[in-house]
Amino acid sequence: MTDYIWLIPILPLISSITLMLGSAYLGRSVIATLGVGSVGLAAVLTGALAYNFLHAPEPIHVVYWTWMQVGQFDPSIAFYFDGLTLVMMSVITGVGFLIHLFSSEFMEHDNSYARYFAYLNMFVAAMLILVLADNLLLMYLGWEGVGTCSYLLVGFWYQHSANGRAARKAFIVTRIGDTAMAIGLLVLFTELGTLNIQDLVAAAQAKWQVGDVIPLLICVLLLAGAAGKSAQLPLHTWLPDAMAGPTPVSALIHAATMVTAGVYLIARTHGLFLLSPDAMTVVAVVGLLTSLVAAFTALAQHDIKRILAYSTISQIGYMFLALGVGAWTAGVFHLMTHAFFKALLFLGSGAIIHCLHHEHDIFKMGGLRSRMPVTFWSFLIGSAALAALPLTSGFFSKDLILLQAYQQANIGPLLWVGGLGGALLTAIYSFRLVFIVFFGHANTSPDREIGWRMAIPLILLCALSLIGGYFSLPVEKVFPIDDNQHPDQWVELVSISIPIFGVFLAYLLFLGRQLDPGFLIESASGRWLKQFWYSGWKIDRLYDLALVNPYYWIATIARNEPVDKFYQSIVITNQTLNAALSKMQTGRMRGYIVSMVIGLIGFLGLSLFFVAGAV
Amino acid sequence: MNELAVPLNHLLFLSGLLFSIGMLGVMIRRNIIFILMSIEVMLNACALAFVGAGAHWGQPDGQVMYVMILSIAAAEVAVGLGLVLQIQRRFKTLDMDQANRMRG
Repeated sequence: MTDYIWLIPILPLISSITLMLGSAYLGRSVIATLGVGSVGLAAVLTGALAYNFLHAPEPIHVVYWTWMQVGQFDPSIAFYFDGLTLVMMSVITGVGFLIHLFSSEFMEHDNSYARYFAYLNMFVAAMLILVLADNLLLMYLGWEGVGTCSYLLVGFWYQHSANGRAARKAFIVTRIGDTAMAIGLLVLFTELGTLNIQDLVAAAQAKWQVGDVIPLLICVLLLAGAAGKSAQLPLHTWLPDAMAGPTPVSALIHAATMVTAGVYLIARTHGLFLLSPDAMTVVAVVGLLTSLVAAFTALAQHDIKRILAYSTISQIGYMFLALGVGAWTAGVFHLMTHAFFKALLFLGSGAIIHCLHHEHDIFKMGGLRSRMPVTFWSFLIGSAALAALPLTSGFFSKDLILLQAYQQANIGPLLWVGGLGGALLTAIYSFRLVFIVFFGHANTSPDREIGWRMAIPLILLCALSLIGGYFSLPVEKVFPIDDNQHPDQWVELVSISIPIFGVFLAYLLFLGRQLDPGFLIESASGRWLKQFWYSGWKIDRLYDLALVNPYYWIATIARNEPVDKFYQSIVITNQTLNAALSKMQTGRMRGYIVSMVIGLIGFLGLSLFFVAGAV
Repeated sequence: MNELAVPLNHLLFLSGLLFSIGMLGVMIRRNIIFILMSIEVMLNACALAFVGAGAHWGQPDGQVMYVMILSIAAAEVAVGLGLVLQIQRRFKTLDMDQANRMRG
């Protein structure tokens, strides 16, 4: 029944290779059919797999061959498929297909149409390998694969050097986390002798007690890898710059799938994290801090894509918070709903940018409600889900996270309050976006309409964003069952009402203008604070000063080859002496004779002087 | 045998004087023929010193050396004149300052 599971990652890979090799010979319609069709086929196969799995929910483990064998080390090319994998695969192929379809129109007039789909398909293949891998090494292959594709796609319009810089930044910053993760894998293998995830978790639980040091170390290293990929503090600075890529890429890679790989990693190895409550607290605190910092930053941005980027960082922070308090299901649930509504928002912003001559500044938009109705409704629904208004998908997942955070044993209520603050900010900035872009008077007029290939993904994602909260994830067998009590009624009421209050506040501030915070913004500290948030808490500047500039300084010194200076001086000395001495070779014989005579006289004089009593 | 009519010092002085004149000629003349001639003078000055010393100590070695120097001088002149002919053909001059192609 499950013989075809290998087809799912292979199909996009074949399409990617075909597009790479045949880009010069294929027409645009063929390219689009290949690029979109391969992912669509993978989505259909995933659907069939899901149908089978939901009827017989047994994990599937398929071993294809041994990758390499060195002593005890024998990772295999093998897929492990369970409920968690199914959720991830559905998001990757399903949302991925919609984004591919959207791209086929969005990128229609780009010269590098084939290159775009080749990278995008390769990304899907790598991401599927990441989630299907049964051992951490194969997962690492996918992990690096998606990183490479992210680099290629962020720098897709490489003609502008700023895009290349953004791509390099994305690659290097995530590489820092990946290095930590690689060290974590090495420690795991040295300690446990296997990298197979299921064996490894079982061996770890047999070997270590809760609270031991080595699991803590491993978990922190894995967390660093996850934080790099998922743009969490302190490695989040690459994601806002990664918006230099095409907007559908931001939707697929930097909102729906790749950036959630860190969440998947922690959820997949939750057995290790359960051994180390300290590491889990760190995960929760990192998640909460990230979500708050990013939410404040999003509040001050002008660029529509940067707002969404910071909002992504903030929402992934919520997922980390959920993982950190042991609400595994809630975290993965939020991952899925976030994939729906954030892909929707990014595609919506892509539609706006597409129709407004590549305008990114929200203050130059305005009044788009009546002129771009599909986009308006998508944005409204997406923002409602992002703000967690009741009955949208985001509401269910975020509410679950907040309630479970409240019940965390040590600092639960604190996490809950922080999470509520983040939720309030989320509601404000998301509806600030809606009110400024779609209401008010128009500053620019759209020069084209979106076609069906852009409209259909938007409509389908709208539907998913609305009903996604009613899905029940087939992950009961993956995660330990929560036996939490239901918290007090008032906790739930507050959790629900805070986002509504946030939207109301946003209405008063940005649409009705009953509240005018002008005097606050214009004061000296207000302006400083605005600038501080706008620059992302000056973290980029801090890294520039602390890391990037010293590195450039060393590179500048090293570029002049300081070691070579020594050898160069030997050469220069010899050359100078040679030039001076060869001047004496005048070619005049009489000169030679004179110098010979003078030398002879000098020599004789000296020998007479030194030989005692000769004179 | 008998005392030398001329004291050795005088002979050596004359020899030194001749040598210096020859050396001066080598140093300041530009014509290669004159340089060769000056070298001959220097050689003969040496030969004179040998002959004088041989006479002073009553040894035949001085005169043996004189014969040897004479033959060496003849050989040297043969080679030297050959070179002079070549120089004349190549450079159309005997001025050694003109023939200075082997400069560094």
